[in-house]
Amino acid sequence: MSFIPAPISRFFHRTASPPHFYTLADKLLPWLTVLFLLLLIPGLYGGLVMAPADYQQGDSYRIIYIHVPAAWMSLFIYVLMAVMGGIALVWRMKLAEVMLISSAPIGAGFTLVALVTGSLWGKPMWGTWWVWDARLTSELILLFLYLGVTSLYGAIEDKRSAARAVSILALVGVVNIPIIHYSVEWWNTLHQGPTVSKMDKPSIHISMLIPLLLMAGAFKVYYAIAVLQAAKLELIKREPSAQWVKNLLEQNA
Amino acid sequence: MKPHRKQRLLLIGLMLIGIGLAATFALKAFNENLMYFFSTTDVAEGKAPRDALFRLGGMVVKGSVERPGADLLVRFKLSDFSKEVTVEYSGILPDLFREGQGIVAMGRLDGRGVFVAEEVLAKHDENYMPPEVADSLKKAPEAE
Amino acid sequence: MSLENFFAMGGYAFYVWTSYGITLAVLLWNLFAPIVQRKQLLRQLALKQKRAQQ
Repeated sequence: MSFIPAPISRFFHRTASPPHFYTLADKLLPWLTVLFLLLLIPGLYGGLVMAPADYQQGDSYRIIYIHVPAAWMSLFIYVLMAVMGGIALVWRMKLAEVMLISSAPIGAGFTLVALVTGSLWGKPMWGTWWVWDARLTSELILLFLYLGVTSLYGAIEDKRSAARAVSILALVGVVNIPIIHYSVEWWNTLHQGPTVSKMDKPSIHISMLIPLLLMAGAFKVYYAIAVLQAAKLELIKREPSAQWVKNLLEQNA
Repeated sequence: MKPHRKQRLLLIGLMLIGIGLAATFALKAFNENLMYFFSTTDVAEGKAPRDALFRLGGMVVKGSVERPGADLLVRFKLSDFSKEVTVEYSGILPDLFREGQGIVAMGRLDGRGVFVAEEVLAKHDENYMPPEVADSLKKAPEAE
Repeated sequence: MSLENFFAMGGYAFYVWTSYGITLAVLLWNLFAPIVQRKQLLRQLALKQKRAQQ
């Protein structure tokens, strides 16, 4: 009994096999790099040069063009990791484990960027580097979850059981994601409410919104590039004596 | 789907529901502690602590900011559009402090019912626009 | 807009440019660390293979 048609399931198994995935990553990477630059350059130019200064915050609000996309990515990558964790636990798919563990440092990086740039924005605008309100605290917990995933994986010798432990941690931690997102609505916080995802009308002027969306796209593509690079390393680390790695060595030689 | 996989999927689903419920109850229990500040209505109704430091949030009432002396002392009224509380603060205000903006002040109530702040943080709203647009928005309601 | 104005960021230069600088550093690190490590690992594996063949 299977609700996934056989050809599709076969396609996934083939693509998910390490050598196939490794070649596929190599094919995708140049295109992704081009796409990344196509989004990043107009995004940065639009955000730092073209967009007007804010009526209240002057030029300091330009931190938004990295702060908000980084914060979005910190949530997005964690949800993706939890999904990978679920797939790894149910279907015992090796590639899901590899993608999960390869995503963790990148997610931690984005979380760190969101926290640090938020702090650098908070000092001139709010008057403080840091407050323990619900939004900032839950985002800090997210950083610890990411670091927890990486260190738990490193601490367990057998990589199959390490991957299982990490999958469970990723799934448990996903409860923090809605808390971060809704913290500014459920509790009163120093952090303001959402700007772009508000239903009625986005409360950001169109000239400021376009670069923000470009930067968000650029960060997403950056994640794809970085996770493929990390996954390539992890695949070799997992099975250094596999035949496909030997073939790879011969190609390089 | 193979039965053992179905079982594992079910197990994960149950685990997620369990954690979600546990988190919901825990957050409900600590709801008060997760509030970053008290509102001015809380203070007027006596819900805010007496003789203890706490945070008070609200909108700076337009036209209420005054500097009674030559020093840094500032006096203004905070409001949540229902009750007002007078705040006194002596120190440097953040760049975003202005009338009609939200702030969060840390301090305590004195005998007169005045909130004496030791720290004032500005809370900014979620609106971003160029100054010209803000000006035209301001003019629009007046023209009607 | 002059270049000077651009770098001054309306007086917020320190906060804006530090933010962008730190972001650049973190993103570059996460991108290039695995590439460098993979190259090292492949070199080690190649060396090992050569020794095994001799």
